[in-house]
Amino acid sequence: MNPTFELDGQAISFAEGQTILQAATTAGVYIPHLCYHPEFKPHGSCKLCTVKVNGRQTAACTMRAALGMKVESNCEEINAERRALTQMLFVEGNHFCPSCEKSGHCQLQATAYHLGMMSPHYDHFFPNRAVDASHPEFLLDFNRCILCSLCVRASRDVDGKNVFALSGRGIKTHLIVNARSGRLADTDFAATDKAAAVCPVGVILPKRQGFAVPIGERPYDKVAIGAATTVRAEEEAS
Amino acid sequence: MTEKRKLRVATTSLAGCFGCHMSFLDIDERLFTLLEHIEFDRSPLTDIKTVSPGTDIGLIEGGLCNAENVHVLREFRANCTILIAIGACAINGGLPAQRNHLPLTTILEEVYHTSPGLHNGMIPNDPELPLPLNQVHPIHEVVKIDYFIPGCPPSGDAIWKVLTDLLAGREPTLGHGLMHYD
Amino acid sequence: MHCLEPSEAALRPLVAGIVAQHGGDASRMLQILRDIQSLAGWISPVAVDVLSAELAVPRTKIEGVAGFYSFLSLQPRGRYRILFSDNITDRMLGSTALMARLCNSLWVEQGKTSEEGLVSIDTTSCTGLCDQGPALLVNNRAMGRLTAERIDQIAELVRSEVAVDAWPDEFFIIDDNVQRADILLAADFQPGAALQAARQRAHAAGEGMMASNTRSWREGLPAGLGGPAAMLDEIKRANLRGRGGAGFTTGLKWEACRNAPLPAGQQRIVVCNADEGEPGTFKDRVLLTRQADLVFEGMTVAAYAVGATRGFVYLRGEYAYLRPQLETVLARRRQDKLLGRDILGIPGADFDIEIHLGAGAYVCGEESALIESLEGKRGTPRNRPPFPVTNGYLDQPTIVNNVETFAAAALIALHGGDWYAAIGTRHSAGSKLLSVAGDCARPGIYEYPFGVSIRQVLDACGATKVQAVQVSGPSGICVAPNEFDRVIAFEDIPTAGAFTIFDSTRDMFEVARNYVHFFQHESCGFCTPCRVGTSLLKNLMDKLARGCGSPYDFAEIEKLNQLLQSMSHCGLGHTACNPVLDTIAKFRPAYEARMMQRDFTPAFDLDQALSQARQMTGRDDAAAHLQSEQGGAV
Repeated sequence: MNPTFELDGQAISFAEGQTILQAATTAGVYIPHLCYHPEFKPHGSCKLCTVKVNGRQTAACTMRAALGMKVESNCEEINAERRALTQMLFVEGNHFCPSCEKSGHCQLQATAYHLGMMSPHYDHFFPNRAVDASHPEFLLDFNRCILCSLCVRASRDVDGKNVFALSGRGIKTHLIVNARSGRLADTDFAATDKAAAVCPVGVILPKRQGFAVPIGERPYDKVAIGAATTVRAEEEAS
Repeated sequence: MTEKRKLRVATTSLAGCFGCHMSFLDIDERLFTLLEHIEFDRSPLTDIKTVSPGTDIGLIEGGLCNAENVHVLREFRANCTILIAIGACAINGGLPAQRNHLPLTTILEEVYHTSPGLHNGMIPNDPELPLPLNQVHPIHEVVKIDYFIPGCPPSGDAIWKVLTDLLAGREPTLGHGLMHYD
Repeated sequence: MHCLEPSEAALRPLVAGIVAQHGGDASRMLQILRDIQSLAGWISPVAVDVLSAELAVPRTKIEGVAGFYSFLSLQPRGRYRILFSDNITDRMLGSTALMARLCNSLWVEQGKTSEEGLVSIDTTSCTGLCDQGPALLVNNRAMGRLTAERIDQIAELVRSEVAVDAWPDEFFIIDDNVQRADILLAADFQPGAALQAARQRAHAAGEGMMASNTRSWREGLPAGLGGPAAMLDEIKRANLRGRGGAGFTTGLKWEACRNAPLPAGQQRIVVCNADEGEPGTFKDRVLLTRQADLVFEGMTVAAYAVGATRGFVYLRGEYAYLRPQLETVLARRRQDKLLGRDILGIPGADFDIEIHLGAGAYVCGEESALIESLEGKRGTPRNRPPFPVTNGYLDQPTIVNNVETFAAAALIALHGGDWYAAIGTRHSAGSKLLSVAGDCARPGIYEYPFGVSIRQVLDACGATKVQAVQVSGPSGICVAPNEFDRVIAFEDIPTAGAFTIFDSTRDMFEVARNYVHFFQHESCGFCTPCRVGTSLLKNLMDKLARGCGSPYDFAEIEKLNQLLQSMSHCGLGHTACNPVLDTIAKFRPAYEARMMQRDFTPAFDLDQALSQARQMTGRDDAAAHLQSEQGGAV
């Protein structure tokens, strides 16, 4: 039998080397996250998956599960802080859901719904970020970038291309592409790249496909993020 | 005194499209139930032009794009016990805020001077006209807002849910299906 | 230093030459970029092209690194790049007015480059000359004790385009200002003495020590030359704790590194953290100036104890001017067989030290960010575990210690652990260098045994009417007069060394605001809470400074603090709210004076928000203005 740890009172079994987030996901328990993707090396930057391990807060996507750990995740204290993080991400960029093609498919939006974010709360930064429409098949709208680096990792680790990277520092951190012109059209980016499909928000968008799915029929219209899991089911039942 | 005093509700649209007001009307026949509990003060529904002191709830649609929006918002804040931001524009500036990355001077220049087809264009400067703000702001950046109903527009059901939660003295929440930002 | 930017054709071979000097090693990216920056004044697209081709590294990676460090620029900068140190101590000495004077004199706006590309002027985080401020850097060279006259002289030299190397030498005189020396600074150290002592001790320790000595320099060496384990024992017996501020037990760190498995082809690494970036700290600058041998010997002792063969000094970019003299010391030590192959003539005893320069990033003082930077990457703190002792530089077992820790280790090797443990307090052995600056008669370096009280230091440096002391910089604690009997020690007030004094004329709110700006500027941007939270915090402090603060903003500051502490990736985020929280708790009137508003107020100036429309319409009537103070009055 696999060893277990305790997540919100529930025993979760894990395989050696698994992180808390991986083990929870395997067990069908949802822990909110944005920069984590099961196919890539954990990054630990968005901090949405922060949990309390034996009373100490840490990112569930990078923390290895260990025998007998007591992990708290779905409690109001932590969810309130996660909500504040989503609010920070909303004010840091320009997130206008009504005019975004990703709406209804967007993990940031769905996670904010899950956490009950009614407003962005903070004062907006309204950054000035240009859109790159140079590529014939794909659009880059940097206004929505949450710096999760999934495209960076996908392009580097799967596509072997390094089309994307983060540059700048602090609040000026931003996504760049691998071309002297700074334009996606001048990179070797291809629509079939893994990097084309991993953006959790509306930065990397295929052209001429927007709004194809009517409102009400989009993935997160139908099923809330994390809803297929026991935590969500319990929450609904209570 | 047997009958409970009706709550007085005021509504307005600032830099909005009145879509949230239309959505408000989408609560349909439940309006009658609602009217057992509330009465309208300043609102496009009543055509009353100023908010009465002691108004219980103010519903604000739209963000702040000019000086008049600021005056109206302050009037609401000064006279309403509870202020609710309704819809995407009130909450994050919405569509009008998508001008925020352009300097206002550039916008005015283009609209009134350099657009094709303009002859002797001039920027209107009548003191009657409210001046536009450099950037469009959500209303919570200028006054304290007590509650938010997201959506573009929020559905009639979402508005109904928040109002009935408040009337019942509950903290308003929107579950899956009612909570959306578009 | 003063150079015209080479043409594109000229630049290509020059960049290729720099890459060749660095052996075409992509892990030396930061060092290569620094060299290109000094050569060309910026990292141009052409330079990135060449670099990308020569190193076979995508340009995204190069631009990612170049964009991270303050001293590297992907845009052209002035041929004279002048950066005013912006620590609170510089400001207290009038740096703001001096920078304005220079900007006016040279017709350039702060943060911009003058039209003809002559000069750019901006601020930078504390340059470590707090005891002789206000300070600036001009093309990487440090200058202190600025006055209006000196600023005018600088303006004239820039205008007449005199090369910085030809500026008067006295401009660049940096004083050590050692006010009190103890075991470290007063040590009359003979290079090699500590290593010899460690070797002697090995003989005394006898054969028994040899068993645990298999993963060291001595591997495969004949019996009788043992000693690393004995050296480690001395360090443990000395109860030496890290001087970078956190106070981790040095012996445990070294032992963990020594015991870490070493896959074939790997080596153990010793890193000296000389990225002294905490505002108000400058003791490593003095230690490296005065006692470089002690520091290098301490590193060699560490290498001996853990079995390392490669060492780095990560020197902060602001101290680049120290490099030539440090290289001289290293060269002499190599000549004297104290570094390099077969140290002290022992076959197989190999260890050498290389100096790497930072490029303006405070976060690189965090050990895992420092290692990333050493590998030529963006200075982002790593996810831990694994820790550097097992997976550090290029995934090899690595110890990272402070400059002062290594100097102390050399003395321990020389005099023994018991000798050292007897100095200081029970939990804090040895001495501590304090960088005393701010409002006092005699700023400079004060070395005391641990256990010295704040009051003793204040008396010694001639500080009067003291309102507060910020110990260990912005990430440390702010000490009020009723706490002046507390002592510098890990069990009471731990410190990395900054000791900044504020007298009763100072506004503690402005002190905290300066520190908050610092953290915002230095946040690496990796994690959401710190990247966005430090900016939100800065905006709130600026709002209070404008007289627009209300109790609502107070509550926001407290909530942000909680979030930064619990959710941030590293210590920078965890401590970014410290200066605000401490000053709110201890100097509340400074904040209350700022809380002009009872009710919620907008974060921006509403009347100012109509400025562009007024300008375009030419209106100035009453309706063309908004009164901000009406705020959101209920």
